[in-house]
Amino acid sequence: MEPHSFIGIKKEWDIVGARQLGREIARKLGFGTVDQARIATAISEIARNIYLYAEDGKVTFETIEGMNHKGLRIIASDNGPGIDNISQVMEDGYTTSGGLGAGLPGVKRLMDEFDIQSEVGKGTIVTAVKWLR
Amino acid sequence: MRIPILKLGNYLLISIQMELDDKTAIQFQEDLLQRIHETGATGVVVDLTSVDIIDSFIAKVLGEVVSMSDLMGAKVVLTGIQPAVAITLIDLGIHLQNVQTALDLEQGLMKLHQELGE
Repeated sequence: MEPHSFIGIKKEWDIVGARQLGREIARKLGFGTVDQARIATAISEIARNIYLYAEDGKVTFETIEGMNHKGLRIIASDNGPGIDNISQVMEDGYTTSGGLGAGLPGVKRLMDEFDIQSEVGKGTIVTAVKWLR
Repeated sequence: MRIPILKLGNYLLISIQMELDDKTAIQFQEDLLQRIHETGATGVVVDLTSVDIIDSFIAKVLGEVVSMSDLMGAKVVLTGIQPAVAITLIDLGIHLQNVQTALDLEQGLMKLHQELGE
């Protein structure tokens, strides 16, 4: 596996493609089935955000090496409208899409590290890391 | 892609064996309600044994299927939710309250028999 792989998110089916690729990379890295499901679910949520709000973007996967452990970094980036109020989208239950509002706070709970950067009119970058235990 | 819906007496059986994308999930919602309408089914078992991911969107669609079927007079039981799926749903903060579940297809059918007394 290459240390960097990415998948473009343009069509609805790309959400499935992204989570399948992410799960496969996680499995090869040695993540167990529960963490594979967590990672695949987190990817599904952030890829859907790109599809719904930005229409075009990508999800990049990087394997990372810490001092004595490995991990998987997922970077979802888009050139969409950006998010005006990040603290609002990080509230449980907040939704504009008619979903369950589990999106980003859910991703934060599924992963070990989470970061979001956004600029209105420029786009959004969500970075999430899961460490291999 | 469409998910096959089988009829067994007064019940409908669905075993989801494919990767669920948003369109397939919505299509399934419509197909199931249409089949309940056509057959007058009183119970539905949706088996999720082969489903290895349920994200917030798919959870929402499944929750809605249960409420919509209930409005039409059919009880839905979800069966076979994998351990990893149960863990990720709770991590996501999704509790699927008011949804009947059972360990597997067999137990799901037993639950319907008990509830509906048929």
